[in-house]
Amino acid sequence: MTVSVSLLATAVVLCAVGGILMLTRPLTRILLGVVIAGNGINLLVLSSTGSAGAAPLLYGVPLRRVTDPLPQAIALTALVITLATTAFLLAMAYRSHQLTGTDEVHDDLEDRRIVLRTEVRGEWAELREEYRAEPGRTPDERTRYREERHRLRARLRADRALQARGRDANGDLWHDVLGADPEDYPGGATTPGATGTHGQDPDRGAAG
Amino acid sequence: MNALVPLPVLLPLCATGLSLAFGTRLARFQRIISVAVLTAVLGLSVTLMIASDREGPLSVHLGDFAPPLGITLVADRLSGLMLTVSSAVTLAVLVYSLGQGMADRDKETPVAVFHPAYLILVAGVSCTFLAGDLVNLYVGFEIMLVASFVLLTLGGTGPRIRAGSTYVIISLLSSMLFLTAIAMTYAATGTANFAQLAVRLPDLPIGVQTLIQAMLLTVFAIKAAVFPLAAWLPDSYPTAPAPVTAVFAGLLTKVGIYCMLRTETLLFPGNRLGDLLMAAALASMVVGILGAVAQTDLKRLLSFTLISHIGYMVFGIGLATRDAYGGAIFYVAHHITVQTTLFLVAGLMERRGGTNELTRLGGLARSAPLLAVLFFVPAMNLAGIPPLSGFIGKLGLMRAGVADGGVWAWILVTGATVTSLLTLYVMAKVWNLAFWRAEPPDLAAFGTVLESADETEDDTDLGPDRIPGTGDEGVTGAPGPAGQVVAATLHGQSVTTTTRPPRAMTAATAGAVAFGLAFTVLAGPLAAYTDRSAAELIARTPYVEEVLGR
Repeated sequence: MTVSVSLLATAVVLCAVGGILMLTRPLTRILLGVVIAGNGINLLVLSSTGSAGAAPLLYGVPLRRVTDPLPQAIALTALVITLATTAFLLAMAYRSHQLTGTDEVHDDLEDRRIVLRTEVRGEWAELREEYRAEPGRTPDERTRYREERHRLRARLRADRALQARGRDANGDLWHDVLGADPEDYPGGATTPGATGTHGQDPDRGAAG
Repeated sequence: MNALVPLPVLLPLCATGLSLAFGTRLARFQRIISVAVLTAVLGLSVTLMIASDREGPLSVHLGDFAPPLGITLVADRLSGLMLTVSSAVTLAVLVYSLGQGMADRDKETPVAVFHPAYLILVAGVSCTFLAGDLVNLYVGFEIMLVASFVLLTLGGTGPRIRAGSTYVIISLLSSMLFLTAIAMTYAATGTANFAQLAVRLPDLPIGVQTLIQAMLLTVFAIKAAVFPLAAWLPDSYPTAPAPVTAVFAGLLTKVGIYCMLRTETLLFPGNRLGDLLMAAALASMVVGILGAVAQTDLKRLLSFTLISHIGYMVFGIGLATRDAYGGAIFYVAHHITVQTTLFLVAGLMERRGGTNELTRLGGLARSAPLLAVLFFVPAMNLAGIPPLSGFIGKLGLMRAGVADGGVWAWILVTGATVTSLLTLYVMAKVWNLAFWRAEPPDLAAFGTVLESADETEDDTDLGPDRIPGTGDEGVTGAPGPAGQVVAATLHGQSVTTTTRPPRAMTAATAGAVAFGLAFTVLAGPLAAYTDRSAAELIARTPYVEEVLGR
């Protein structure tokens, strides 16, 4: 079996480009990556035909010299499937943009928890060191220290509560689907820190 | 009899069309059609299982095209058993979701999507179990995946979109790998048909064979959530509605295990990558169960036990003796049922206590004794307490490991024992926290819309995961009449505790528990059946002869 080098080279380049795009955060880029890499892999499937021959028709063509039709059928199937998943990913990216103002893929919950924990632990240790280093402790300082500690604990608790709530309950669906356009959310919330606006929108509760 | 083989795929697909055509107007018709079709599929599956057991594998070449051109569907003992267990489980989950949907306010909710997507999922799962060639297996995977995308992001709420995006991307990536593997196989052998591959693959150079095997194993390991490739699972499954999580956890990962069993026995006999599989199995078991130990959310905890118990099945595949395959097949059937049941119970507990957070649950053994029984039986079954089927499955696998006697086998037997004990610890923890201890004082009263229980002002700075609608003034903390059901988890709305979950939900869960117990009662015949199917897998000739003709 002979394989066209240009076909293979194109497939490799497409897969590499798609792979790099898939490593990024925004869903739209990942989508582009999926489409490009998908095309590359389809070329790979096509290249398993070997050297090209006549069109694979049933009559009027000597059977020995036709192109193998099966990889073409496989590639067609894969193309259709890619089309469908592309549509779904687009819808999901739009929905994500509607909800959070970005279409970025977020961190795993467990990862977030671990990061938060190490952060809080670090701050805690620093605080304790600072506190112990000082020889004389005024009641004022002691209260401040206690407050700081409470603040750290509250952060952990708040995160846990947020997660629990996220699982328990989620707003009113139809208002989200029908009534929510990006301008409904004040501030637009384009960066990860600047969110938390939706919940405070006063007319949402009334409509729901 | 052979004409029956395509029906488990065809019936749900046709029903999907009907469901979509009439579903928006006649919600009742939609429900009837789903239940009727799934019952029919269950009947068909049992017929196929019995027929293939008596007469050997059944096969159909669709359109009468001989392989490699046509699509081949094959039902042998393994496929028959998998089909039967999966259709029984999907039927139970469907009844459960009907009970949930009927109790919920579903006048305006997009329930029209749920039934068609669910039927397509069933069609996809049946298609993978019956596929007789790699391409059809790929198509079955994709049918299943697209349906699962829709079900996982049902309602399009924030957390589901967040969790869904990980799942979708991972799935797409594994599909691409699968397609690459198919291209390589086709280029090397000129066919994608399993039976022809079984004949032609041994002629290839050893390196090419191993490459194809490794590629396919990677794809199926992603599907089955074997350890290094399992990180997507605990984050994506728990956010879905309870019935969806149940069916995903029970079935979708086992589809990966089925594919591993099929390809490892039929295409790559001789177990070249056995040690690798066993290492992965050990890692899955230990890491999975340690992850479960660390969790306090019931659904996440169960997702981690799922990963851990996938390790048992991979252990059986890695050992590759007749006893080990038999044990693995038994364990797959047992685990599909028990894991689905546990997730269904988790859904009921959420109904009852308003949350899945174990630290906020309590006192359920007194306030909901039936629920306690429904949890206790599958939990002990999962942990492997004799005489339940979990014990029998584990015993079978460990005996196969001891009989093998290799170093890896002994390590795995030890690991499996430790994992089993840790599973018991985890299940005891859930039991103690949610059922046995006294009710915590802040347990939500019945009829309260939850989500107001915690401080709201602190978490505005917690980044992009802020869930929309949770600070809703109009809904927060508004108590409803006791016993009123405002919950609509199926559609992503808020959960309200109820004193009494809908009968259909409890009945479906009880049915699933009973089905799990049936494995214990019928353990003898079932073990004999799995042993016969393992023998058939190892012999390979019945399958090949049936497809290619004698």
